[in-house]
Parts: sequence; C-alpha cells; structure tokens
Amino acid sequence: MARGTRQDDVEARFIEAHHRLFGPGLNGEPGFLHNLRQKAIGRFGSMGFPSKKDEAWKYTSLRGILRTPLAVAPDCTAPPPSVRAIHGLDAHIGVFVNGRLHAGLSVLASLPAGVTIAGLGDAPPALVAAHLARQADFRGHAFVALNTAFLSDGAFVHVPDGTVLDKPVHLIHVISGRAPTLAQPRTLVIAGTGAQVNLIDTISADLAAPSLVNSVTEVFVAAGARVARFEVQDPAAHVSLVTALSAYQLQDSHFQNNSFTFGGQVVRNNIAMLPDAAGCETLLHGLFIARGRAHVDNHTLVDHAKPDCYSAENYRGILDDRATGVFNGKVLVRQDAQRINAYQSNKSIVLSNTARMFAKPELEIYADDVKCSHGATTGQLDAEALFYLRARGLTMPQARTLMLQAFARDIVDKVPIEPLRSVLDERIAAILAR
Amino acid sequence: MTPILQINSLKASVNGMPILKGVDLTVNTGELHAIMGPNGSGKSTLAAVLAGREDYEVDAGSILYQGADLLEMEVDERAREGLFLAFQYPVELPGVSMMNFLKTAVNSVREHRGLRPLGAAALLRLAREKAALIHLDSRLKKRSVNEGFSGGEKKRNEIFQLAMLEPRLAILDETDSGLDIDALRNVADGVNGLRTNDRAFVVITHYQRLLDYIIPDFVHVMYDGCIVMSGGKELALELEARGYDWISENGVPA
Repeated sequence: MARGTRQDDVEARFIEAHHRLFGPGLNGEPGFLHNLRQKAIGRFGSMGFPSKKDEAWKYTSLRGILRTPLAVAPDCTAPPPSVRAIHGLDAHIGVFVNGRLHAGLSVLASLPAGVTIAGLGDAPPALVAAHLARQADFRGHAFVALNTAFLSDGAFVHVPDGTVLDKPVHLIHVISGRAPTLAQPRTLVIAGTGAQVNLIDTISADLAAPSLVNSVTEVFVAAGARVARFEVQDPAAHVSLVTALSAYQLQDSHFQNNSFTFGGQVVRNNIAMLPDAAGCETLLHGLFIARGRAHVDNHTLVDHAKPDCYSAENYRGILDDRATGVFNGKVLVRQDAQRINAYQSNKSIVLSNTARMFAKPELEIYADDVKCSHGATTGQLDAEALFYLRARGLTMPQARTLMLQAFARDIVDKVPIEPLRSVLDERIAAILAR
Repeated sequence: MTPILQINSLKASVNGMPILKGVDLTVNTGELHAIMGPNGSGKSTLAAVLAGREDYEVDAGSILYQGADLLEMEVDERAREGLFLAFQYPVELPGVSMMNFLKTAVNSVREHRGLRPLGAAALLRLAREKAALIHLDSRLKKRSVNEGFSGGEKKRNEIFQLAMLEPRLAILDETDSGLDIDALRNVADGVNGLRTNDRAFVVITHYQRLLDYIIPDFVHVMYDGCIVMSGGKELALELEARGYDWISENGVPA
C-alpha cells in the first residue's frame, strides 16, 4: 500500500523506537520472543496504520492521537496510581503494573494448585511459545503488530485440565504516565481441557496527557472448557483505546465475552473468534455509553470453520451529544461448517440530533444448512413509555434514566458475578444521571 | 364542598381536527363522576387532555385543578400534584422492575408533598398491603412493569399504582374494557376501597356494567365532544336500557 510521507512519519517514530529498545540483541530473553518482535515490527512497517480508505476503518480514525509523539517505554518515575478493586468481590487478583506482575498488590494466596497467574516472563516457556501470538493476527492487523513488536511482558493465566475455578480471576492492568503515552497491555489465557474460569479484565490508568492504550488478549479454550470474560473499559476522556481479543476454541467449549465501554475518546474493539471444532458455543455481549465527542467502535468476527456450533451476539449502545457509535459484526460460515446457528442483535438509542450510529451486520455464508439472523435497530426512547412514567410523577430526566437503565440491563444481567453487576449498575446510574 | 376540578368550555383538537367542542364539568372532592358515551364522543380525549398528552391541542377554555391552571403544568407536575390517570392501554416497560418504578414514582410524589422518601422495606410493606386490596398477584411485583401481564393484570396494576400514589383526583380511562367479570369486580373493589372524602374520581366508561359495582354520584353523557346530559346513577341505567341512539334521537344539539 502506498503511503504519503507525512503518514510514514507516524509509523517511522514507532519503528525507530523499536530499534532503540530492542535493536541490539537478545538480552538473555528467549530467542522466539526476539524473533516474534522482529517479525511483528517488519509487518507493522509494511502495513502501516489503517486509514479511512480501509473498509474496516471507514468510521474510525486514531490519527489524532497517533500524530502525537507517544512514549513507548513505561514511565517509571510516575507515581503508581491507585488500583481499583471491585468492592465486595472475592477474586484471585493479578495486578500488572506497566505489564509486569506486582506481587505486593496482587491477591493470589488462595490460587488452587496448578493454576498460574503470572507475568508472561515467568510463565512456563513451552506454554507461552505454543500459544503466544498464535491467535492474535499480527500479520494482518497493524495494531496487533505494534503491540507484538513491543512485547516484553504481560499477563499470563493458565487453568490446567479439569480445573474449575470457583472464584473469578481479576486482571488489573495498571498504566501510568505523565507524558503522552502508548501503553500496550498483553494478556494470554489458556484454559485446559474441561477447565472453567470467569475472567474480569480492567485497566486502572493514570495518564495525565492524551494517550493511547493498545491491548491484545489471546484466549485458548481447550475441549470442553468454559471461559467467560468481562471487560470494563472506562478510561478518561483524553485516552483512546484499541483492543484486540482473539479466542480459539476446541470441541464443545464455551467462550463468552462481555464488554462494557463507559469512557475514552476513541475506542475500537476488534474481536475475532475462531470456534475451530464442533459443538462450540460463542457469545459476545457488549454495552457502550458514549457522550461528548466519544467514538466507540465494536468490530466482531465469528469465523465458523467447523460444523454444529452456536454463536450469539448482543450489542447495545447509548449515544448522546456528538458521540459516534459503530457496530460491525461479521459472521463467516465456511463451506464445511454445516448446522451453524448464528444470531446477532445490535440495538442503539440515540439521544441527541448530533449523535450518530453506524451499524453493519455482515453475514458471509458458504454452507447451505445454517440458521443465521441479524437485527439492528437505532432509535430514540419510546415516547409513550416516557409519557407513562411522567404520568406517574417522574421528571423527564428520571424517566429517561429509568428507561436507559432498563435498556442496559439486558447486557448487565448477563454478568453472573453479583459484585461486578452492582459496580456496573452504579456506574451506569452515575453516568446517566450526569 | 370544594371543587377539585373545574373544566370550562374546553375545546381541544388532534392534528387540527376538533374533538372536544365545549366541555363543562365540575368535580368536587369526595365525588365520583362517571362519563359515558359512544365511541368517538371524546371521552378518552378528555382524559388525555387532563393528563397532559402533548399531541392534543387545547384551542379554548380552561381547566382549574385545585384552583390552579392545570394546562400550565407539565405532565409529571400534574402527577406530583395528585392527578392520576389509569391508562386505557398501560405501557409495557421491559427491564424496568415494578419495585424500582414504584419506588421512584412514590418517592417523587412524597417529596413533592414534603414527606420523607420511603426506604425499601417500608415501600415493600406498603406494596404488599395495597396489592392485597386489589387482589394483585404479588409475584407481579417482581416482574418488569406490565411486561407479559394479561389484560386484566395490567388494569389491576393501574389501580394498584393508584393505591400506592394516593392521588387527589383519579381519572380511570375505560379501565373496564377487556375485563372479565372477576377482574371487573376486583378493580371495582379496589376503587371502592380507595374512595375517601378527600379524593375524587372521574370514571370514563363505554358500558354501564362497571357502574353496577362502582356506584357513581353523577353520570354525564358525552356526545360529539360535549357533555349533553348529566344526572344521578339512574341515568346510567336508562342509557343501558335505551342505548346511545336515544341521545341522538332526543334532539341533541349537533
């Protein structure tokens, strides 16, 4: 792809930074990590950042933040921000400060034998080598390539075969910086055969200047395993967020992702699911509330490569002021993937004349015995329902808030972890009351 | 006797089409008025104008509610001032829990009256008491407002809300429509239990049937946007016997 010189400057800064940081050699690290980074920066260099000419990035631009010179190395002089645990939640907590496990802040004492929550650097090298960068495609996605090119540590979770974790795992990524920063959290989750885990993923960020968080999460779900992930995205209004979540599923496994986006300037979530064996169940749920000039873009792909699988997507958005929302849900059913049931629903409420929502379902079906459906609605709050509430004494703001909470509840109620659900309810109530 | 509602020469239209063509009605505290009339006579329009529906244009006349200009008040302000409309078609609110809805509604009305808001326990106690009064299945309180309720349950839920909000003036818009005889009795029992000296009712109905159970102090007949006849409870029986044609045949002003 031909790119203009100005654009090259943006990429060149990261490539130079990469050479400065990782150029000289191995520093005692595993050779494969070094090689991975080299390959990734190479791919990044040849791809460059996507532009609005790329169909998948038609509505979403990160040019603004990318034009800002961003510090790529962690700022060790910045005071560590306070870590936000979830009130009342009994969990195994792994706190990762600028990508490294912080033993003092983590709560891992009651972790069952065989279960690992660690920094990638301390994880069993064979497991890391077998799974890292296998699901998240750094060859095809510039932001994944950029994350991979600077990969030196991150969060690692391994739940071995047959282990069922009763308590959820809460991964908290702590990011701080005074100058404009590019933070790139990386997470690898491996659930062994028949393993079960609920995983909560949050970021505690203290970024004084406009910054970009570019995270990559890879999940390997072995046969019969069940993994449910809950991600709360609530960065400050001057912080942009690009995430990549890639999950690979084996026979009769279950994976679900629940994302809640409440903050940020530009937020782009790239979700790629590959149920690569029969009997898989894949659920994607998302809720976002965008106000001011926020821009929230959810791009999902469910790649049904094998037969007899089920997938369902349910995304809801509330947009106000001059906010923009994007939902692009692609379902690919390959030729041999017969008897697939795939459902997709995207509902948005637009509260102002200047907020906009772009919804695009994409069904690409090559098998003949499949059930696929999608529905997208964008509208305003039901006037008759508002009148009913007001006729019972509720003010217009009270009536609106009650109805928007009800609209969000569909997604919030899918969270089986009560303390997390309470936190979400409170946060949603606070945002809507503003 | 204190008038709670004074409607003077009220004219109202929808999309430029006149519906109410000069309605006069005075309701005193403690009274129960029934408004009867054929379909399209303007009964529900009157209820809509009183509740403050925006798609109804008031062209002339005035409405005094407790001595104040009702038409100057917002929908929710009217409700907090003690005006209650039982909807002909109650709205389903998926995801809005009954208790959360009641809590918000009851406490906004209480706050307006200078009363302390009710906590969860007190509200639950009150809800249990009032639900028993109108034989509302207590399990409905755990559901979303009106969602999946039967027609009878929705109407009973309206009267339940009436009981919870303790209004000064309650307007029942065809609450009897679509009810079987048991549900009708429950609704009537509920209304009768809520009749007090400091509360007034306007009961809008097409059929006389409801008035077998709720005995009105006054009956008014609406025809073509005007109240053309007023009388005591016996007027309802006469209408039942003779049908609405009797009104048009009796030289009602066109």
